[in-house]
Amino acid sequence: MIIGSLLLLGLFKFPLWNIMLGAPQYPEPLGMDIYISGIQGVSEFDIQNIDGLNHYIGMKTIPKPEDMWEFNTFPTVIGIMVALGVIIGVLGFFRKVNHWWFLGWFGVMSILGILGMYDFNLWLTDYGTNLDPHAIMKITNPDGTPMTYKPPLFGHQKMLNFDVDSWPHTGAYLMFIGMLLTVVAFFVGKRANNYGYAKDKNRPMATAS
Amino acid sequence: MKRLFKSISLLALVAGVFTSCNNSESSNNGDRGALASNVAEKVYVAPGEHDDYYAFISGGYSGNLTVYGLPSGRMFKEIPVFSQFPTSGYGYSEETKPMLNTSHGFIPWDDSHHPDISQTNGKLDGRWVFINGNNTPRIAKIDLKTFETTEIIEVPNSGGNHSSSFVTENTEYVVAGTRFSVPIPQQDISIKEYKGKFKGTLSFISVDPEDGRMAIKFQLLMPGFDYDLGHPGRGKSHGWFFFTTYNTEEAHTLLEVNASQNDKDFIAAINWKAIEEYVNNGGGKMMPAKYAHNVYDEHTHSATSTMMDEVLMVDPTEVPGAVFLLPTPKSPHGVDVDPSGEYIIGNGKLSADLTIHSFDNMINAIENEKFDGDAYGIPIIQFEDVLEGTVTQAGLGPLHTEFDGKGNAYTTFFISSELVKWNLETREVIDRQPNYYSVGHVMIPGGNSREPFGKYAVAMNKITKDRYLPTGPELEHSAQLFDISGEKMELLLDFPTHGEPHYAAGIPADIIKENSQKIYRLEDNKHKYVTPTAGDARVERNGNEVHIYMSMIRSHFTPDNIEGIKVGDKVYFHITNHEQDFDVPHGFAMMGANNAELLIMPGQTKTLFWEPKQVGVWPFYCTDFCSALHQEMQGYIRVSPASSNLELSWSLGE
Repeated sequence: MIIGSLLLLGLFKFPLWNIMLGAPQYPEPLGMDIYISGIQGVSEFDIQNIDGLNHYIGMKTIPKPEDMWEFNTFPTVIGIMVALGVIIGVLGFFRKVNHWWFLGWFGVMSILGILGMYDFNLWLTDYGTNLDPHAIMKITNPDGTPMTYKPPLFGHQKMLNFDVDSWPHTGAYLMFIGMLLTVVAFFVGKRANNYGYAKDKNRPMATAS
Repeated sequence: MKRLFKSISLLALVAGVFTSCNNSESSNNGDRGALASNVAEKVYVAPGEHDDYYAFISGGYSGNLTVYGLPSGRMFKEIPVFSQFPTSGYGYSEETKPMLNTSHGFIPWDDSHHPDISQTNGKLDGRWVFINGNNTPRIAKIDLKTFETTEIIEVPNSGGNHSSSFVTENTEYVVAGTRFSVPIPQQDISIKEYKGKFKGTLSFISVDPEDGRMAIKFQLLMPGFDYDLGHPGRGKSHGWFFFTTYNTEEAHTLLEVNASQNDKDFIAAINWKAIEEYVNNGGGKMMPAKYAHNVYDEHTHSATSTMMDEVLMVDPTEVPGAVFLLPTPKSPHGVDVDPSGEYIIGNGKLSADLTIHSFDNMINAIENEKFDGDAYGIPIIQFEDVLEGTVTQAGLGPLHTEFDGKGNAYTTFFISSELVKWNLETREVIDRQPNYYSVGHVMIPGGNSREPFGKYAVAMNKITKDRYLPTGPELEHSAQLFDISGEKMELLLDFPTHGEPHYAAGIPADIIKENSQKIYRLEDNKHKYVTPTAGDARVERNGNEVHIYMSMIRSHFTPDNIEGIKVGDKVYFHITNHEQDFDVPHGFAMMGANNAELLIMPGQTKTLFWEPKQVGVWPFYCTDFCSALHQEMQGYIRVSPASSNLELSWSLGE
């Protein structure tokens, strides 16, 4: 439980998500790494170059940390969840709380994760569809509607001359593994209780995982 | 939900692994054993793949240095060095004009000859290429991060800077010798007073190990011969430098006859370490000498020219044991030292033989004072005592020799037009291949170092005739690529070369390609007239001098409408490229400017000078097809009469 929740700290160091944009003119693709605290280019000038290209189709520039409340809130929320997870784990170790608290933490984290994904998708949608009416290039779909440029949440999409790939990154994998470990902790704790070791109030519960 | 996350993330991991495999270095094409007989396959570099070697081929009378790939023979870049280059604005922009400054003033041209790549411990390190300007003696340094000329130093007391620019094992010195002897210091005397009054200098230019900054450490005042080519010692002979001489007759007219009378001329052997020590202990005399030292700074994107006023001159007779003359038959042209440092090969250009001296023999003869008189006080070592052997009847007119690091030497023969491979120990000819036509230098990558890469040899021919589709009387020169990995040499490819290549320098691509810079960082731009953001764009007047601070980014100039310029103004366009993306230069051309264009790299600032002469509204535009809206990247400047009172104004997008 403790290790599982501590793995969430990886989100402060590693990107949560990554979007790469390759094109004939970009054999080395441009890329964005999305951290819980902001968006950075994969290479030093990628953000500037993506913005430069996006101005042709009227997209807004990629937000700075101060432009979006999420980049302040997410680190706080993750920090709180890590602290809660560690506290629950320590209390569980000394048998002050039972294994259902582990699952509870997992449930809250899952809901927060889904909300985060939902919010991320909202931003992608706004970013890709809320275009400057004076854009240099206004391209329409075959049915006559204006073309939009929402990057995919998962996977690959062809957008004009760009191949866009959007996938979770190291931070997200660490988070998934961490969350998985908390579920493992739940089952380990459950088994410990079922086999009756719990009657010995002084025996610590297996909470290291 | 969690399961879904898990499986998706696993898939993503797998996809990531596959992607990174696809992106890895293109596969190695070296192993083609089964197709060895297929010559085309050996020079075929598939679209999108890279050559194995860079070749830096001198541009001769173009004054520049060209960059080729081997084995494909494709040209990648022409680097402007000693000549104005309207393509980029080199020598036309205000920043680069100082690069071509000399003690004779601005010179728009030179004749570039012998590139040599910097070395560490006798191995190519790929930091810089040096090349000599032959006509108005200069040495240039090209930075192999930017592939731009970043320094040029003039060599005083020299005329025809031909026995240059060769580097010592640790790039301690880049060495320059004079082809013409001249009065030193220059003076108004009769040419007939040549003998005894004319002298030749050999210049040792130190190279700072950190930033490569050049400085003339000392010049050696030698007898009035013609110093033709040079080669540093290697390994055991490190610390020595060898120069060929001709015209030891000291003729000053009709040299083709009068300088070909002596049966033997000399190879001058210079113990530069001994002279360095002498100089470090206060030896030598400062003498007045005017020469320009031009340095380009990649942060200010600007060159400065400093006029120097003295140089340290060393009289070789005052440093005993430092300079000797080795008799060598028939006006030797190239002198080449094998990678071990033992054999000193004199290519007597009027002969059919090659003369091979031994370094050990030379040291032995010096220790035992086996001298045969002296020339102006410099001891002449007895020919028989320094000679190791001769390659007899190898061809006609030997010029230059390179090495493959496997015990073989490759000598070019101008008159019999062939490349000859021979064994250094047995001195027997192994193979000969015809050249089309009349080969000058040959280059093996690293062939001028302790560790050659003996895969390819490039012969650079002086005569082209019928090798390509005819292009009127004037033809490009022609190079020929040989595979030298086997016992016999195999001709693989002909390819045209620009200007007149003399020597070339080759290096495995891996040593330098990863260091090649992609952009200049805008935030590091320290140009005096930089426009760091579009908000800083402006126009300033100071009397009739107008400074336009302009920025450019896909696909507009800021500002693009300017009014208030007057006939007779001196207008400076200081233009900063705001791109920070690889390979997105912008050009700038001003209609009616008596000047070239500017080609400005991302993050760089360049300045074009313009004197408007006619009233009207005149366009300017971007010359490099930078983007889909390149044709929209344009602007206007209104030029009013000299008497106009129109205030300066500038704008974008109003």
